[in-house]
Amino acid sequence: MSDYDFVALMPLLLLAGSSVLIMLLISIKLSHRTIQLSSLLLFIVAFSALFFIQKLLPYSIEPLLIIDGFSVFIMGLIIFSSLVVNIFSYIYFEEKEESPKEYYVLLFLCTLGACVLAVSKHFISLFLGLEILTVGLYALIAYLRARHHNIEAGIKYLVLAAFSSAFLLFGMALIYLESGSMEFSAIARKLHLIQSLSPLFLTGLGMMLVGIGFKLAIVPFHMWTADVYQGAPTPVTAFIATASKGGVLAVLFRFFVLIDGYRFKVVMLILIGIAIASMVIGNLLALQQKNVKRILAYSSIAHLGYLLVAFIPGSILSIQAFCFYLMAYLMTTLTAFGVITILSNKENDAEDIESYKALFWQHPVLACIFSAALLSLAGLPLTVGFIGKFYILAAGFQAGFLVTVLILVISSVIGLYYYLRIITTMFAGRQGLLPEEKKAHPVFYMISVLVLSVLTLLILWFGVYPSGLMHLIKDFQIK
Amino acid sequence: MILAWIIGLLMGGGLLVLLLGQWNKTLPRWITLYVLFAGFIALVSLWIEHYPGFNLPTSNNWIVEYRQEWIPALGISFHLAIDGLSLLLLVLTFFLGILAVLCSWNDVKERVGFYHFNLLWILAGISGVFMAADMFLFYFFWEVMLIPMYFLIGIWGSENRVYAAYKFFIFTQASGLLMLLAILGLYFIHGRNTGIYTFNYFELLGTVIPPDIAFWLMLGFMIAFVVKLPIVPFHTWLPDAHSEAPTAGSLILAGLLLKTGAYGILRFVLPLFPGAARELAPWAMLLGVIGIIYGAILAYSQTDLKRLVAYTSVSHMGFVMLGIFAFNELALQGVVVQLVTHAISTGGLFIMAGMLKERLHTRDINQMGGLWSQMPQMGAVAMLLAMASLGLPGLGNFIAEFLILLGAFKANVWLSIIATIGLIFSAIYALRIVQKVFLGPSERSDYVPDFSWREIAIMAVLTLSIVWMGLYPQPLMSTAKPTINELEKFFPTENRSMQKVK
Repeated sequence: MSDYDFVALMPLLLLAGSSVLIMLLISIKLSHRTIQLSSLLLFIVAFSALFFIQKLLPYSIEPLLIIDGFSVFIMGLIIFSSLVVNIFSYIYFEEKEESPKEYYVLLFLCTLGACVLAVSKHFISLFLGLEILTVGLYALIAYLRARHHNIEAGIKYLVLAAFSSAFLLFGMALIYLESGSMEFSAIARKLHLIQSLSPLFLTGLGMMLVGIGFKLAIVPFHMWTADVYQGAPTPVTAFIATASKGGVLAVLFRFFVLIDGYRFKVVMLILIGIAIASMVIGNLLALQQKNVKRILAYSSIAHLGYLLVAFIPGSILSIQAFCFYLMAYLMTTLTAFGVITILSNKENDAEDIESYKALFWQHPVLACIFSAALLSLAGLPLTVGFIGKFYILAAGFQAGFLVTVLILVISSVIGLYYYLRIITTMFAGRQGLLPEEKKAHPVFYMISVLVLSVLTLLILWFGVYPSGLMHLIKDFQIK
Repeated sequence: MILAWIIGLLMGGGLLVLLLGQWNKTLPRWITLYVLFAGFIALVSLWIEHYPGFNLPTSNNWIVEYRQEWIPALGISFHLAIDGLSLLLLVLTFFLGILAVLCSWNDVKERVGFYHFNLLWILAGISGVFMAADMFLFYFFWEVMLIPMYFLIGIWGSENRVYAAYKFFIFTQASGLLMLLAILGLYFIHGRNTGIYTFNYFELLGTVIPPDIAFWLMLGFMIAFVVKLPIVPFHTWLPDAHSEAPTAGSLILAGLLLKTGAYGILRFVLPLFPGAARELAPWAMLLGVIGIIYGAILAYSQTDLKRLVAYTSVSHMGFVMLGIFAFNELALQGVVVQLVTHAISTGGLFIMAGMLKERLHTRDINQMGGLWSQMPQMGAVAMLLAMASLGLPGLGNFIAEFLILLGAFKANVWLSIIATIGLIFSAIYALRIVQKVFLGPSERSDYVPDFSWREIAIMAVLTLSIVWMGLYPQPLMSTAKPTINELEKFFPTENRSMQKVK
């Protein structure tokens, strides 16, 4: 390994080192507050390391990893999401019965896994990253182990994720059998020589898609989503919805672009089918939910469908649309879950839609933040979600995928209904059910609200003035 | 620059009001009023400055233009431009805005700041729609006005408000997204033809589109505008939204929001897709006529006063549709006058309904009756507004409907004859309002106060302007004339050949 390798790997090394460091800090019996603050500091260090390695790009560490503009962007999103989740975690876990300290170790490991996914260009690193991510998540989801919902969600996730990993491995093995390599570009070279896919290769791809599909929770592999979202502690749900999906999507995108899967009609048809099914079914299932976390779970299925629509054309505009929408989705989802976290109390999460009644008059700031996040998820102007959706529509339209574009439009109108339902609940009635503001941790409460406000301002800022962000993602190329 | 200032004034004023509303309940009203007055005066002075009667006609009929790069990567700019038509509608926007603040002066007692924030942002969205010269910006403003309107109906509306708010929002949003798709289609077709990817309205104007695609793109635009207008069968959101909204909300919905639909057709559908519009014309006119008759009949059968007035809007907007697709100067002039006069007469009726509700706590006209003896002033004004609504000569709506029918007669004789029959229905429903509410046996014995000074002021302004437009509509027509002549260029032979054929 050369010195440059070390520099280029810095963000990953920092994340890995942080988890060890936090473990040591726990062993000398520091308080929750110290641990939380030091992990926040370490996240910030890891995040700023990303700026430090800009000069080296693109840099590949053969044969496993590639660090280019795209992967640094995705890593930035992942680490940023974890950072925000980390901030919300304090007030959530401080009141809970479990000791919250090991939580931060696991958070670092999961972030590391997601980041490895974002930089991998080889099946081995893909699998390693995915397993680091999911093994960490098993523990995180069931973290409050005395609670039924947590255990249920943890077991569900454990069984399904292990199952899907098996599918993924088998798919990789089949592709290896056909192409004789596990590196994406080598597979691409092999594929380049053939015109149509052999059945074995297709099976391999299909099995990989099953594995990845489970992690992404796209239809028809979405069954676990609502239960896990509901059962997991809210900050963990936020992490699943943002960082973990970002990493998996990035590697899927890279793999698909590198092997040029766009050439094969069968694969494209399957992807289009999945995208359409995710958009429609996700939005339809969310309509009748009464639990906000479940609503957000189903809406995340729909949003993954939208992201696939951006992914399908495979053009330059498509990468941009993908990056932009992913960023918009992460920011917005973090904000939404942040509000839920802040409103949660010792016994229960604020997940019942009834508990949001009259929030507008009780906590006007939080209610405005939540509305902005929901409107952005619904894709209304003045929010970043609108520009993102516009970008996706443009990408789809440019490549002539009219059916997917039309279905995106129709399903997002359906989706509007449940977002509006939450907002309507917030301004209905006069007397709320939620307790008064938390006084127990005023400092952390203020910090969390501050972070949420900043996120909301970003949502609005990028919704009105997206040029800066577009400039940033303009030059991304995967090949 | 003044255009950007106007938008900024409305939005900034909205934010200010929202903040101040936390501490003070009367300040937001005054600030909103002040903001709207300032905008109104600025626009009126702009109007006088550029009034064609005083000035030599210039070659360029765009009065003011303002352009600033916004998202250059996608060819989107913050591009505002107004011509005579936009200017008229902008003045109308601020005029009705002031009335909306005044008529909800005592009505709204809670969350005053948020209420006026919504009001100002709706007006900002509407003004933006009338100014935008960039398709993306247009869509942006088109959607911006929805959310505050949703809040306005959903928070301050009457019993069934949540349902009405949903319905309004989902109808308009769904149709708006179809328009967005059409805009994107136009953008890519223009880009492929010329290599320049832009949303600039002026550059998109001359786009050559294959006829079959043009028809679909036009349909995308039309659906959005027709839902807003609204035309049968896309009108079902309107009675609910109008009747459940607070008075100011109904006033803005009827007076301004509906006008954005008509404006969209005039500004975008006709110039961008002249060929496809010509193909659609007979059907559009037919739908317009159906709307006239259907709206009038349904208006007659309502017992809810606000619903009744809402259906008269459907009927009046049918005239607009009929006039637009007649493609000749007379009819188009009529359409412009109709947009303004309908806003005033129907707006006045909604304000009246609001005042009655405030006093009697009901909108059911069966529970009213004989109110003239207690409220002679209101009765007289209601009589006048109802007469305006039925198109009595001497009042604004007569001019509008007369011109539209004249123009439409050239384009399609039978349809305009049927439309004329619609006028008889309008007389029936208008007289029924007066009969049921103000005449007949008195239903109640308790004291009902007549107009207060604030209400007299509102009604005086409304009645004066409707009479003015009935007696001397020339300023409206001369201001809109350049725009209409420009529109006519897209249909050079149409009205003449029609004249010969028929």
